[in-house]
Amino acid sequence: MQWFLQQLINGLALGSIYALIALGYTMVYGVLGFINFAHCDVLMLGAFAASFLAAPVARVLAPQSYCGAAVIILLAAGLCALIGMLIEFLAYRPLRRRPKLTVLITAIGVSLFLEFTCQHPAVFGAATRPFPKLIPQRDCQWRGLSFNTNDIGVLLVTVLLLVALWWIVRRTRIGVAMRAVSFNESAAALMGVNINRVISFTFALGSALAAVAGVFYAMRAPGIEPLMGVQPGLRAFTAAVVGGIGNLPGAALGGVLIGLLETFAGGIPGLSDYRDGIAFAILILILLFKPAGLLGKAQVEKV
Amino acid sequence: MIAGSRRWLLAALAAAFAVSWFSPHYNRYYLGVAMDVGIAVIMAVSLNLINGHTGQFSLGHAGFMAVGGFTAAKLTMLTSNAFFPLSLLFGGLMAACVGLIVGVPSLRLKGDYLAIVTLGFGEIIRVVFQNSQAFGAATGLTGIPKLTTLFWTWGAAAVTVYVVTSLVNSTYGRGFICVHDDEVAAAAIGVSPTRYKVTAFVVGAFFAGVAGGLYAHHKQVMQPDGFGFIRSIDFVVMVILGGMGRTAGVIAAAIVLTLLPEFLRVREFASYRMIIYSLLIIGLMMARPQGLFTFGKKSASSV
Amino acid sequence: MPENRPNTTRFHARRRLRPVIALAAAMLAAGCNKSNEPSSADVIKVGEFASLTGKEATFGVSSHEGTLLGVEQINAAGGVLGKKIQLLTEDDLSKAGEPATSVNKLISRDGVVAILGEVASSRSLEAAPICQQSHIPMISPSSTNPKVTETGDYIFRVCFIDPFQGTVMANFAAKTLKAKKVAIFTDVKSDYSIGLAKFFKAGFAATGGQIVAELDYNGGDKDFKAQLTAIKSASPDAVFIPGYYTDVALICIQAKELNLTVPLFGGDGWESDQLVKIGQDAVEGEFFSTHYAPDVATERSRQFVASYRKRFDGKTPDAMAALGFDSVMILADAIKRAGSTDGAKIRDALAATRDFDGVTGKTSINEKRDATKPAVILQVKDGRFKYVETVNP
Repeated sequence: MQWFLQQLINGLALGSIYALIALGYTMVYGVLGFINFAHCDVLMLGAFAASFLAAPVARVLAPQSYCGAAVIILLAAGLCALIGMLIEFLAYRPLRRRPKLTVLITAIGVSLFLEFTCQHPAVFGAATRPFPKLIPQRDCQWRGLSFNTNDIGVLLVTVLLLVALWWIVRRTRIGVAMRAVSFNESAAALMGVNINRVISFTFALGSALAAVAGVFYAMRAPGIEPLMGVQPGLRAFTAAVVGGIGNLPGAALGGVLIGLLETFAGGIPGLSDYRDGIAFAILILILLFKPAGLLGKAQVEKV
Repeated sequence: MIAGSRRWLLAALAAAFAVSWFSPHYNRYYLGVAMDVGIAVIMAVSLNLINGHTGQFSLGHAGFMAVGGFTAAKLTMLTSNAFFPLSLLFGGLMAACVGLIVGVPSLRLKGDYLAIVTLGFGEIIRVVFQNSQAFGAATGLTGIPKLTTLFWTWGAAAVTVYVVTSLVNSTYGRGFICVHDDEVAAAAIGVSPTRYKVTAFVVGAFFAGVAGGLYAHHKQVMQPDGFGFIRSIDFVVMVILGGMGRTAGVIAAAIVLTLLPEFLRVREFASYRMIIYSLLIIGLMMARPQGLFTFGKKSASSV
Repeated sequence: MPENRPNTTRFHARRRLRPVIALAAAMLAAGCNKSNEPSSADVIKVGEFASLTGKEATFGVSSHEGTLLGVEQINAAGGVLGKKIQLLTEDDLSKAGEPATSVNKLISRDGVVAILGEVASSRSLEAAPICQQSHIPMISPSSTNPKVTETGDYIFRVCFIDPFQGTVMANFAAKTLKAKKVAIFTDVKSDYSIGLAKFFKAGFAATGGQIVAELDYNGGDKDFKAQLTAIKSASPDAVFIPGYYTDVALICIQAKELNLTVPLFGGDGWESDQLVKIGQDAVEGEFFSTHYAPDVATERSRQFVASYRKRFDGKTPDAMAALGFDSVMILADAIKRAGSTDGAKIRDALAATRDFDGVTGKTSINEKRDATKPAVILQVKDGRFKYVETVNP
């Protein structure tokens, strides 16, 4: 029983991070119709940004404080929002009218570019580097279960961000515009929606979320390296598809689900070898049997 | 089948045999590179059938190579060196079977989803080999006899080009292009997209498997680690660079992209190689999606 | 509709292919000389391949620095057989597939007389058949997987092998840590880790201990809590983690978070200053085996540490650097004893190496072309590696 509960805690914490990343994937797919392969690398950039910001912020505010951590995360998120918008502007906007395949290949190109540029010794280098402690971490034990302030923090922040996102999408004008663009881009344009702004905003939002996820991921495993985003990115993408791509609550649900599945499977000796393959296997099964995902609607293709 | 190309095939085989006859006199390093080029050509042309001609974006081609390589190597090591040609064939057949397994789910999926699923299959294949004691687990297979010669590599390349070209140029083969252009229309006129897509995967996988077998008996080592996503990307870049669907362009791209890193084997360049690759992908998609090696008619809409 | 006429493609195919084939033929003709002259008048070319960039960069850089220091010292003393050594280094990017091409280039294009490398067993395994077939001696500084030297009689190593290391740690666990039940946490992506785990398991069973859990992870993973929870619920007295430092540091951190307070120990893959930089408090007090400890007080070792510090900005050498240094020293000694740069003669001289006074201890090459060397056990104390004990074979 204790094993079960502990894995539950582990899985929820991990799943929250996947949920945050999955939201970004699903938003971009909803609005633009393609998988932003470079999303996972924004996660990595967020973690690196936070690691570089930690020292200067610690000089201004108190080192290892909640206040300082919040500032660092906000700054990192802001930075990545800008980077996300830049990527969209440079790499995806010129290809707006092109077939989806072209954009997909370009996205792969951007992702590889980010990963390998960061691996170059002149940039970050491929070796793992330590991630500084942002907040004083307290490990708690309760009836034999271990969890720490990071886990609680991740859960809280994820819920908060989900609520905020829901509010943005449902209650603000830009949110309405996002939904309109995801429904039908040309009609939205005809109704006076500034497509470019909406898309930039979507990217900014998604990238900011990825950055937050990246920082939390790095707090969980304080060794960062340029390829750190690849695995969580793939899991999160699986989560987005599982939940129904284009569907926000679905992405969050999918993230938690994948986190839990991965954790429970990983704790079983013999199965843990195949952890990499399990996420993909789930993805393939979902795509085969329920391509719209758990919460998605089946798309009818008009001829 | 067009008679002209059969003559070409025989001439190519004869030339390969003749050149290969003098192998012991060549510098070992250049010989190795020449064989690498031959293997790359097979991989690129076989992938071209799937990606270029039939328009199915596959990101897991290295997985088929792994299947072929491991199978062929295991077979040769279990039986004898004389079994080599049959090992290659069997490796190709096993890879073709896996191609069938991958091809069947691909029916329902388009564009991005297909890309992710093929990526997933590629990774699953890697994970399976990594955990399979029969194939050496993480160490892989070592001590594979060096049986690949110029004749085998370039001969197999010639056969691949012949088969793929003949297939695509035949009346039957028009179906590939038909499915590529518009699946729904193809189905409407009685050209079964199912059949063509699966055929493309199976044939492409077969040759990738043969290439894998050649690779195994050339490098003498088969490690699961080297057949992941990045490896698949190497071949995808060749297909894109060569202009998806243009066999000649793809062959040229395969040759250039295999030789270039060797000529520029200065330490400083090696770290830039993947960065340049990724920029190449992005640049090509923006400026010249029909590939670098296509001359004559501008066929932008094939991508 | 799209212009994609296959007929024109085929026609173009033959026309376009001709210049390409011509180019390929020209290059092949250019390559039509069997091999280059091994050494020009006054240098002996020695090739080195190492992971200077990529995932295991610290290993490669360390061993390269040690080798470089060795070459510089040899040349300063007049070289070998009256000639200076020219070290040609290739970076294999810590990637599979690269060692083969690197070594091929060093042998066939650069004409080296011997190859030094690599730290990681998987990459040594890739290069070994090539060296063997070309009759070029290869010395690995620190690959511990037994299969490396089994490749052939031209392949050597100057370190101990995993069967020995596994047994050392098994005995350590039983006697010093007084553990009766141990869990093993293996990196399933690394044959080094799998091999070491296997030998540990056998050794530990021989002491009468029991393996209560065996879990795996994939090298490069960042989340280990799932497996660690399973390990914890098996209540081991200690956990053996035969992996590489990047993962080990994170594992230790997450283990402590899960309140897994039993000793965690491992092998020479732990040896890197990054272990402490990343792991910090979590790795404090843990043990691992390795080839060399800088605070072991032999004269040779002291000299080495001093000259290394002077050459490389005050850095303290680790085991990879020390072994890199020893590998080139032993090679130079063998060339001297052989009296020539002929591959077969160097091979024989290497095989005859006895009690060579190396930085990492007295090195003798046995009939399996491995070195029978003692292992040292270090403990992480106050953020540094402290010497605990030496275990002789």
